[in-house]
Amino acid sequence: MKILLGVNGVSKTVEVAPMRRLLDVLRLDLALTGTKEGCGEGECGACSVLLDGVLVNACLIPICQTDGAQIVTVEGLSNGAALSPLQRSFVSEGGAQCGICTPGMLVASHALLNQTPHPSEAQIREGLAGNLCRCTGYTKIVAAVQKAAATP
Amino acid sequence: MIASINVVIPRTKDAALATLAENAGKCTLLAGGTDLMVALEDGRFTSKLVVDLSRLTELRFVRRESDELVIGALATYTDLLRSPHVAQMAPELVLCAREVGAAAIQNRGTLAGSVANASPAGDPLPVLLARDAGIEVASVRGTRTILATQFFVGYRRTALAPDEMITAIRIPAPKVGERFYWRKVGTRRAQSIAKMVLALRATATNGTLQAIAIGVGCAGPTPLRTPKTEALVAGQRLDKMLIDEARRSLAAEVAPIDDLRSTAVYRRRVAGNVLATFLASLT
Repeated sequence: MKILLGVNGVSKTVEVAPMRRLLDVLRLDLALTGTKEGCGEGECGACSVLLDGVLVNACLIPICQTDGAQIVTVEGLSNGAALSPLQRSFVSEGGAQCGICTPGMLVASHALLNQTPHPSEAQIREGLAGNLCRCTGYTKIVAAVQKAAATP
Repeated sequence: MIASINVVIPRTKDAALATLAENAGKCTLLAGGTDLMVALEDGRFTSKLVVDLSRLTELRFVRRESDELVIGALATYTDLLRSPHVAQMAPELVLCAREVGAAAIQNRGTLAGSVANASPAGDPLPVLLARDAGIEVASVRGTRTILATQFFVGYRRTALAPDEMITAIRIPAPKVGERFYWRKVGTRRAQSIAKMVLALRATATNGTLQAIAIGVGCAGPTPLRTPKTEALVAGQRLDKMLIDEARRSLAAEVAPIDDLRSTAVYRRRVAGNVLATFLASLT
């Protein structure tokens, strides 16, 4: 099946099986390996991306549902080498340890701040409840999101 | 495996029903994918034809129709959380929708998809049972509404005919004085599959429990109502003795199993305790 989709603002055409996962198309066909695979069943959030601005797990999206859609991955959050304020606060607050959950945490935090620019701590924890950090570095991740929200 | 699955993407409900009629029993319906894609990844998915309903925008709505809350088959849990009608007419469904997975799952998963999946642990299914909701289904032969209490006919089996699909969920408006509750007990609030899940609807006036409906998940091969306990406590004086009796009765009436998530003993106790907590809140 021929799929036309926008990825981080660039138009892409792929010819793939319709039930192939968006996650695999991003990583294998488009070489965007920032998006990680953790559990592969929608539990861990490592593969979080935006689909038409909405937070989704790329492991649960068959590619046939993305025809004509706009996808944003972690690679799309920065402006080239210039990190976004959210990414900078993850760095300054120590919001990343082993790094596997970090792309998903960033995309989910980005989605949260788009919707709720000044979230409470409880709202941050609920907004990131679908993203697991096996280093259990949640406190610093929450602090990073709070700092980004406070950055003008 | 994945490469051998064909997908049909109808643009209208009528086109979807025609596809279903042609392929009755040989295709699987796809909405948000939050159950289907997990089955596919696990190798449990054997169908060769998928009908992707996600483009049927005509079925993505939440509205009030006179005395019913009507939830279109493509409405997501996020749609439910954003709907003033759901907040007004089914506050327990709001509690539930907030605990279905987490944001990314709520953005894709649909209430109708959970109904079709018919898991005995399905978070919202006890709500539909306790509310005497109707499941509106359609085929090229016409439309009918099946009561939720008659929809779940066996382990992951529903009353849907092979050529039928769910088009809407219909929940009767609250009656005066009715109170609602939903509670899932799991390892954590987000993402976890229930060890036990209950939905409750009751009316209490002047210290008497006028009526109660109890929907329970993880309590048998299907989500179920518990008529013995309902009959035992309805019409009775709502006091500590009745609450204890209700707790014991429900713990005895549910029929949970030991599995990887919990034990039958724990589930019985928790079911009784959740009911007792709700009844105490009515006094």
